[in-house]
Amino acid sequence: MDALLAEWADRVRAASGRREPLCIRAGGSKHFYGNAPRGEIFDPRAWRGVESHEPSELVLTARAGTPLAEIESQLAARGQMLAFEPPHFGPEATLGGCIAAGLSGPRRAAAGYTYGSLRDAVLGARLLDGQGRLLRFGGTVIKNVAGYDVARLLAGSLGILGVLIDVSLKVLPLPAMERTLRFEMPERQALETLQQWGAQPLPLSASCWLERALWLRLSGAAPAVEAGVRALGGESIDTDAAGRFWREVREQQHAWFAGEAPLWRVSLPGAAEPLGLDAPQLIEWGGALRWLRGSMPAEQIRERARRLGGHATLFRGGDHHDVFTPLSAPLLAIHRRLKQEFDPAGIFNPGRMYAEL
Amino acid sequence: MASQEILAGLRRLLPPDCLLTDAEDTRPFECDGLTLIRQQPLAVALPHTREQLTQLLRFCHQHQVPVVPRGAGTGLAASALPHPQGVLLSMAKFDRILEMDARSRTAVVEPGVRNLAISEAARPHGLYYAPDPSSQIACSIGGNVAENSGGVHCLKYGLTLHNVLAVSALTAAGEEVRFGSGALDAPGLDLLALMIGSEGMLAVITEVTVRLVPLPRLARCIMASFADVEHAGNAVAALIAAGIIPAGLEMLDQQAARLVEPFVHAGYDLEAAAILLCESDGTPEEVEAEILAMHAVLAGAGATRLQVSASEAERQKFWAGRKNAFPAAGRAAPAYYCTDGTIPRRHIGRMLKAIQDMERRYGLACPNVFHAGDGNLHPLVLFDDGDPESVARAEAFGAEILEESLRLGGTITGEHGVGMEKLNQMCTQFERGTLDAFTGVKRAFDPAGILNPGKVIPTLHRCAEYGRMRVADGRVAHPELPRF
Repeated sequence: MDALLAEWADRVRAASGRREPLCIRAGGSKHFYGNAPRGEIFDPRAWRGVESHEPSELVLTARAGTPLAEIESQLAARGQMLAFEPPHFGPEATLGGCIAAGLSGPRRAAAGYTYGSLRDAVLGARLLDGQGRLLRFGGTVIKNVAGYDVARLLAGSLGILGVLIDVSLKVLPLPAMERTLRFEMPERQALETLQQWGAQPLPLSASCWLERALWLRLSGAAPAVEAGVRALGGESIDTDAAGRFWREVREQQHAWFAGEAPLWRVSLPGAAEPLGLDAPQLIEWGGALRWLRGSMPAEQIRERARRLGGHATLFRGGDHHDVFTPLSAPLLAIHRRLKQEFDPAGIFNPGRMYAEL
Repeated sequence: MASQEILAGLRRLLPPDCLLTDAEDTRPFECDGLTLIRQQPLAVALPHTREQLTQLLRFCHQHQVPVVPRGAGTGLAASALPHPQGVLLSMAKFDRILEMDARSRTAVVEPGVRNLAISEAARPHGLYYAPDPSSQIACSIGGNVAENSGGVHCLKYGLTLHNVLAVSALTAAGEEVRFGSGALDAPGLDLLALMIGSEGMLAVITEVTVRLVPLPRLARCIMASFADVEHAGNAVAALIAAGIIPAGLEMLDQQAARLVEPFVHAGYDLEAAAILLCESDGTPEEVEAEILAMHAVLAGAGATRLQVSASEAERQKFWAGRKNAFPAAGRAAPAYYCTDGTIPRRHIGRMLKAIQDMERRYGLACPNVFHAGDGNLHPLVLFDDGDPESVARAEAFGAEILEESLRLGGTITGEHGVGMEKLNQMCTQFERGTLDAFTGVKRAFDPAGILNPGKVIPTLHRCAEYGRMRVADGRVAHPELPRF
């Protein structure tokens, strides 16, 4: 084992022995996300660098402390990308934090063609668990069903199972062409329109509705994008403005996200009807992701989300307690036992996901 | 609990038409698609209501009776091999499509629904379910979820994992749980990722919510010949490196082409060392541009003959050989043994050469078809299942291909699963710590250990035995690895 990893394993075993919590934190760009973190800071940034990128294999393996921006620029230089278009939420963002947060960006909900989510792109991972074991899951090939898919379990696990060491991801070619269109329309019409267009073989790669306007991105081979643009109409947005718009939405730097009002992330079936809550709203993912601003009671938002078949997370602001929708009793029991298996002393990011974990 | 008491208990829970206990009735369930491994169960249960299923699980849980869930039994890794003291739980009677929602492009189906039946029901809405394992006429969606099944289109459209939004299930203790949601994510840890590909060991699937995608307007296929398998392998890498993600990218070697051509008359080039089938789908404009780009890359990679399908009938004809490779193998020899190791694409040529060498050493023929786009091999080792010596050679041949897959940086199974078949090779692929972590995952879902026990995760003892056997045999695939 590498000397640094051996040192980390010793530190983890010592912390487990003393039952002292560790707060895994690299760049801190997603420190706001989840319940309030606690414990001694464990900074994994010393373990960094891209280990391999073989463009013809569509696979990249990198150490978890590698800056996300470094990975993306290296991929772009070879005409490839992380298809889940992850939000960085700051220049310090690392691969490990990106995977642990599990958040995907605008391209996640593309219809037809599978860009997929962050979790979908994970192929393998190494984890340092609470017993100081260095465990390797998955691999570096796209199809792999040997053993349980623990690598993908780690996507979005908020560091509660251990320290991510390396991650292998499926990457995709950059689209040959991208175009952005804008349409003036109210919420209900936008949701219905998105469903209709989503059912057609159009190369849609992002959608965003806010302030009575629907923005739509098409990506792919030039003939498909051009045919889509002709079929859909709307106002064509120039490349720079379009790039800025999607980046600002992804990074939550758009003016809509400004201010102190709590930000709710409501995840719903795409075809769900309007939320009907009296609050400013931004809709992504073809209707499947609805951002809300406001201080409405958590119970009110969660109940509405539940009735529509989804769930709601207090994403930013508020009191940083119970930010995620509570789990059913049998699911919570499985979560507790999984936590026990990977982190028996309960030292990793305690309470970050749920108070009981 | 003694067998007679278990049977008496089962008879109290299930009506006579939902329980098989005589050996002649349970025999059809003694193996899945991997007929080399067989075992009679104590009983076969075929419940058809949720209440019966729940009661059955509670009874088995209470009395520590192993339960092995089974879909259509088309699996190829003995994942659904019965337990001698257990209940083989057939989910075949849960075969209803519960919801077909064209607006949200999702369907909610029971686990016994056949894969192809979902696409057939979605077709009037201009939609289909993308993963298409070659057994799709027969295999069930519950089995697909259990194995994370692939198919010929998964390079572009993903595996089962990428096309399932939620799974409702009963735990081993009979409690209702739901993994995932109707939305694109769910709160908590991604337990759905663990359920998919868990080979019936974590929970019993009762409902699956699948994602449907729009039917492409057009599909066309290029058939390309290569004089050398290395060239064909390089062509695959060149396509991907050129930024092309084909809808399907399959390879047949010369032996496979010669095996199937007499039956399907697909017009395969029988002088070619390897044939690539490269498909584009989408809008007519998209397909036209992509076919041109693919054609140029394949020609540049040294294709000796290139033919583009001019009609849907011709496209189907190109595919007929690939899709009939298994039945053709069945006709060419008394039996065939197909494994599914996956390797980095750049090693395809090397792997085929290694298999040719193994053919000589084992004295068995091995035509190859495979999902070249994702490096997923399907070597078909032809043998005589009436001759125990031939069977042993076939098994050793298959095992060596898996070890070679690992040596090239791949995995022992791309889409068929581990089941009972690949327990030994799990010892090579994973270190003990990871295998112990898998046991931990199993324990977290099923603390009593009654769901499909003994599959996927090899015991410490088994790995030690396997390590000794490989050393004794003198063909240790990688001496640099630590022995467990």
